[in-house]
Amino acid sequence: MSQFVFEGRPVPFEPGQSIGAALTAAGIRSWRTTRFGGRPRGLYCGIGVCFDCLVTVNDRPSLRACMVEAREGDTVEGGDRDA
Amino acid sequence: MRDLVVIGAGPAGLAAAVAAATAGLDVALVDAGRRPGGQYYRHHAAETGRLHHDWDAFVRLRGALDRLTYLPGHRVWHVEDGFTVHALTGDRDERPVRIGARALVVATGAHDRSLPFPGWDLPGVLTAGGAQALLKGDRVTAGERIVVAGTGPFLLPVATGLAGAGATIAGVFEANRPYGFARHVARHPDKAREGAGYAALLARHRIPYRTGHAVVAAHGDDRVEAVTVARLDRDWAPVRERVIACDTVAVGHGFTPQLELPLQLGCATRMDADGSLVVAVDVAQRTSVPGVYAAGETTGVGGAQLSLVEGELAGLAVAEAAGGVAPDPAGVQRLLARRRRLRAFAAAMHAAYPVRPGWMDRLRDDTLVCRCEEVTCGRLAEAAELGATGPRSAKLLSRAGMGRCQGRVCGYATAWLTTGVCGRIPGPEDLLGTARRPIAQPVRLRDLAGEPENPRDENHPINPA
Amino acid sequence: MVIVGGGVVGAACAYYAARAGLTVTVVERGAVAGGTTGAGEGNLLVSDKEPGPELDLAVLSSARWAELAAEDGLGAAVEYEPKGGLVVAETEEGVAGLAGLAVEQRAAGVDAVEVPAAELTGYEPHLAPDLAGGMFYPQDAQVQPMLAAAHLLRASGAEVRTGVTVTGMLRSGDRVTGVRTDRGDLAAGAVVNAAGTWGGEVAALAGVTVPILPRRGFILVTEPLPPLIRHKVYAAEYVANVASDDEGLESSAVVEGTPAGTILIGASRERVGFDRTLSMAALRRLARQAIRLFPALGDVAAIRAYCGFRPYCPDHLPVIGPDPRAEGLLHACGHEGAGIGLAAATGHLLAQSLTGAPPDLDLHPFRPDRFPEHP
Repeated sequence: MSQFVFEGRPVPFEPGQSIGAALTAAGIRSWRTTRFGGRPRGLYCGIGVCFDCLVTVNDRPSLRACMVEAREGDTVEGGDRDA
Repeated sequence: MRDLVVIGAGPAGLAAAVAAATAGLDVALVDAGRRPGGQYYRHHAAETGRLHHDWDAFVRLRGALDRLTYLPGHRVWHVEDGFTVHALTGDRDERPVRIGARALVVATGAHDRSLPFPGWDLPGVLTAGGAQALLKGDRVTAGERIVVAGTGPFLLPVATGLAGAGATIAGVFEANRPYGFARHVARHPDKAREGAGYAALLARHRIPYRTGHAVVAAHGDDRVEAVTVARLDRDWAPVRERVIACDTVAVGHGFTPQLELPLQLGCATRMDADGSLVVAVDVAQRTSVPGVYAAGETTGVGGAQLSLVEGELAGLAVAEAAGGVAPDPAGVQRLLARRRRLRAFAAAMHAAYPVRPGWMDRLRDDTLVCRCEEVTCGRLAEAAELGATGPRSAKLLSRAGMGRCQGRVCGYATAWLTTGVCGRIPGPEDLLGTARRPIAQPVRLRDLAGEPENPRDENHPINPA
Repeated sequence: MVIVGGGVVGAACAYYAARAGLTVTVVERGAVAGGTTGAGEGNLLVSDKEPGPELDLAVLSSARWAELAAEDGLGAAVEYEPKGGLVVAETEEGVAGLAGLAVEQRAAGVDAVEVPAAELTGYEPHLAPDLAGGMFYPQDAQVQPMLAAAHLLRASGAEVRTGVTVTGMLRSGDRVTGVRTDRGDLAAGAVVNAAGTWGGEVAALAGVTVPILPRRGFILVTEPLPPLIRHKVYAAEYVANVASDDEGLESSAVVEGTPAGTILIGASRERVGFDRTLSMAALRRLARQAIRLFPALGDVAAIRAYCGFRPYCPDHLPVIGPDPRAEGLLHACGHEGAGIGLAAATGHLLAQSLTGAPPDLDLHPFRPDRFPEHP
């Protein structure tokens, strides 16, 4: 099984899975906090509409985890630019 | 310059693109998804159709994609009259693309309609469609002990699908009591079969199904740990409450069509029976803008079968208008009859599964309405005191709907809450105020700056690097 | 008195008139701040004005806004930020031009601090490194324009009637004695036309001509970011190369952060009537000019764009004061792109005029009957 690294820990994924799906399958439910209230957020709409699930992948910020396919060796961090 | 660009590769878009291409047109099918099928036929790379109804119809359409140019992973952010489709491709190293078109079919589908409630922003609370997308597209169950709630027949495939994948469904809570709907279902043998299938699966997995009940609050610190479920009266006011432990909640209250592209083009809209703003189309799926057609949920939420029919009709109409093959009149008559039947079914569904105003009683002053800008119900009330008279002015005074999602998630709720304080209910103008998005997807300034001077040049892609 | 228009100018008129002891009703056909105010950036600028009546008005207004912001809770409520403006030049000629303008502006009461090229990044760390120099204007400030209008209205105590459209004027002989609306008549000792871009239509109801036309502007809004840009920053000269098909479109980027974290990039200027269609040419220009000033913005996403219609008069000056052609009617409109900034002084001067107090500024350049009747 392939893996990417999320905040220092390996997360397995099946080829074709989104980063958001792989995080959810690994039991990780939130990966960013809101900029005013500091509240945790993860997947909500799951289809690219709500922008709650933003991640930084290989230093590219503000990507929707539900829309980005995981790739072997990706480095994923939660959050967007404002975090 | 293509004869036709179809935007959206769900049932409607696929059917439109294949019909037009089969009639001889040069068609490009542009879609944000990684695989064709949209939300309904969303599937895993190794899908065999086990999780889908009408899978054969999809396989047939997918098999015809070699007749056209299929462009997956293209997010359209703007469409200019004339027509130029501006898209971004690449899920991480994004690149701008432009496609010229003589005609357009807008088949951008819909997303779950959200109604806020205390705790709905906790991780583990998902839209019903989101849980379904995870399951069908990624083969991931959203949680282990799941509450499914909201209103509409869509809750059934979500609950039974998750149960079939091994999750425990703590309950399905349907807010309405849609007793009369069964006779409409009985008139459609395929829908009746589908319904009977769900009933059998609910029984097999021992899933409690309660009508007249709703999730009125979610609890937890950093993730959802329990929900309060209430029995509702006719207007959805809570009557009796209890708490149910769960690690996931999947909530859906119907769907909101994605109208940003037709609104950019100036297409006329109307309010549908479910309270959603939809594109107004004529008998041939033509919008008010010449050369622009719309099909599927954008013209009124009605399900995949209706979308397939509308898409095919749109594709045939475009081909005929372009001077291609005139469609077989008997075939068109059959499609029109089917569309009539399915639209009547959709109208019955909307009548049986309405959203009742009692959902607003669940909100407290500190309940978030706009998730992006973290605008609470109380701040919306302040905006009304300051002179807001509807969702657009409330947005200017409270920032509700100004965030990254541009009001897609909170638009419906904001429209009800902000008009409610003025003693009215949302009209088409209010919904328009939350639906206009001149930039439909985030676009980097570098890519905007790189747009060529003459928008009519076909130059695909813009930045070959 | 009755004020027609619930934008920031109408709100400021209501505020100062009420403070002068008048009883005020504001009639707004839409919502508070729903017109051009709601499409503005909230610029309170003295830096962009050439010496003359508009600069005098801006300097007066800058002081009035600072007073308003000092009132209890009002500054925070309207997100008043006295952040200062930084105007930058790409060339030595541009720097010289700025210096020349600053000499004249200082004579009118403007603070202007020369900023050599080497010191630019001390003001704005992310500015492009190859700029020739700039001028810092400490008086330039910012408010959130919709909140400004709403809170001024609230503080005025005026009766605000939204969703009410003025359909005619009540007359007694030649005198204007109130307004007729779709919800009934409102008698008044004075009627103030603060209808902004639609001020010409309101004037026409009183049988007088005020030539106000719309000038469209687009604003780009980025995704929210950590604080990146400290001041209002804009270029002294046109940055982008102007293509021939863009004729009629002018733009020079004004880049600024907001308390919400988004960066606003304005503003284009076009005379195209009330057309709301997104102009790709305008957005392209704004993006290019913003990146020219702040290269790091290239990787930042725009998430929204909106447009508004500035009310402009042929001589680019607002119309402020009593109309000698229609006794009882006063005007406070036509501020083009500076309405937020000029609102405070406009309201102040109008209140002085209504109460017979000596005006702080000669209203002659802004008189409503200064235009030829048949242009």
